[in-house]
Amino acid sequence: MIGNFPFVAVIMLIALGMYSLMFKKNLIKIAIGLTLLEGGVNLFLITLGYRKGGVAPIYTMAPEGVKMVLPTPQALCLTSIVIGVATTALVLSIAMILYKQYGTIETDEIRRLRG
Amino acid sequence: MNGILMHAPALVIALPLLAAFVTPILGRFNYKKISWFVSAVFGVTLLLTLLMAGQILTNGTIVYVFGGGEAGLALPSGYTFPIRIIFQIDAMGIFMALITAVISFLAAVYSISYMEDYSGVDKYYTLLLLLATSMFGMELTGDIFNFFVFFEISSISSVALISFRSTFNGEPAEAAIKYMVISSISALMVLFAIGLFYGQYGTLNMAAIASFMQFTKLDKMALILFLTMLAMKSGAVPMHMWTPDAYSEAPSAITVVLVATSQASLYALFRIIFSLYNVTLNTVTVGWILIILGVLSMFIGVTMAVIQKDIKRLMAYHSISQTGYMLLGVGVGLAVLANPAALASYGIKAMEGGIFHIINNALYKGLLFLTAGALFYRTGTRDLNKMGGLAHNMSYTTLFYIIGAAAIAGIPPFNGFASKLIIYESVYQFNPLLAIIAMLVSILTLASFVKIFHSAFLGPQLEQYKSVQEVPKSMVFAMAVLSIIIIFFGLFPNLIVKYIVHPAVMALINQSHYTSTILGGM
Repeated sequence: MIGNFPFVAVIMLIALGMYSLMFKKNLIKIAIGLTLLEGGVNLFLITLGYRKGGVAPIYTMAPEGVKMVLPTPQALCLTSIVIGVATTALVLSIAMILYKQYGTIETDEIRRLRG
Repeated sequence: MNGILMHAPALVIALPLLAAFVTPILGRFNYKKISWFVSAVFGVTLLLTLLMAGQILTNGTIVYVFGGGEAGLALPSGYTFPIRIIFQIDAMGIFMALITAVISFLAAVYSISYMEDYSGVDKYYTLLLLLATSMFGMELTGDIFNFFVFFEISSISSVALISFRSTFNGEPAEAAIKYMVISSISALMVLFAIGLFYGQYGTLNMAAIASFMQFTKLDKMALILFLTMLAMKSGAVPMHMWTPDAYSEAPSAITVVLVATSQASLYALFRIIFSLYNVTLNTVTVGWILIILGVLSMFIGVTMAVIQKDIKRLMAYHSISQTGYMLLGVGVGLAVLANPAALASYGIKAMEGGIFHIINNALYKGLLFLTAGALFYRTGTRDLNKMGGLAHNMSYTTLFYIIGAAAIAGIPPFNGFASKLIIYESVYQFNPLLAIIAMLVSILTLASFVKIFHSAFLGPQLEQYKSVQEVPKSMVFAMAVLSIIIIFFGLFPNLIVKYIVHPAVMALINQSHYTSTILGGM
């Protein structure tokens, strides 16, 4: 049972992220929502690779007969974190441009494109 | 020569990627010439893609393994499933890569004149090259995580390109943030679905996943995520709100590439449904979901388009509606996938129509967005009410516009007619009502393009546009090439369907071939 707690955390993080993406109007909060979503997915990947009592998957000087955690999800997660940083930076920089042009970062006031 | 052919799959990715980071450095020395450099790079990429296409269509699927001892060795001895990143290029993948290569080359050529007066053009070209790289990656890869990485690169670079003009006014940034949020959500959920696959099957290779596929509850969850997220990224109707904004605010050359990007997402959707799941899923239900998405996109897209006043916004709604045709054709094919008799009698035909429509749409939609860009370049406005009488001054653009509009409306000697006719015929056998809706949509399409033609090109010459001239040569060249391909496809649709489209459809349908090229005789 307690082994499933990380998955519960994953669901909560994704739900919180989705909540703030859907119901928050402030662009900074939307950026935070994206980061939460990304955190949830990354935690999911890491949890998939975890083995109870496993050590880091480095063969040099590794103790005999000990389980190792899976290295692939860690590599995936690292890639995903790097991409996430780029995404967040881009969202925040566009939010900055929007603030300069519209004088606000509330999405319901940034509405010149419609129809 | 042989070595180039062997490593073509890697070079198609490596060349634009390298050029993307060389361009700003070259820009320091000779700012004016980088546009020619970038066009040359895209020209070489197009050549490589054509070489690869020739090889694939004669010899079958190419497998390219990165970091292996040999490029073609998918399974090193002792492994039961591949662990390296693999490019698996079959007829469907190369079909999409050809679209990407042609469209990005012409967009770069068009940009030579179109972007001449802007500052920061070196960054523009860096992003354009990255966008093309990411599309090639999405279309050629056989590794699902690799697909996610290219998917994210495509969204980041296209967002930056959409907001390229936002230093003048806020609208491009507004369109960009919508697209950014949409594509981040879709990419992260796709990653979540990839995690679901990895957790169950312990592999990221698409062919290996396909061969292990059990269609458990988790697979169903993954399917729902892939279906909604990739349909959202390709602009199908309930999730289409970003499309008109992003397409209308991006520079015209970029809009054309964005159309190709949406189609790359659509390709990914088809690839996942057909090659990963195939008959393990309930094909009738999922097929009908695609059909309903398609019909909604067709109808809502076109009805929203008729009332628009902004020329690019109108065309953007049309690309939603054209996406509907592809979903309809392929959806009918999927719905009868488990029924060999129906599949042979009209299912394959319907899919041929849908897949053929992808390339046709890229061509004529590309041409139309380029003509819209030409109008914007000379008049400085996208508002149809402010244009008029431009046929007096811009005779080439008018000609190209007529070709594009006739093609999208499905008028006989042009390519849109060929694919739409295949869709009507085959869908009629599946369900007559769907074919009737498709024809109705086609008529409305014609109506809205007559509207543009009337308000932008016809009428007396307006005072403020007296001095307007034809657009520069590079823009005319890009539009002329697209027009020639459209006419060629319209005159010889049988050849295209037989040699390019049919192999692509068979590559999608035949799942065992997809898995056995990687996993061999195990």
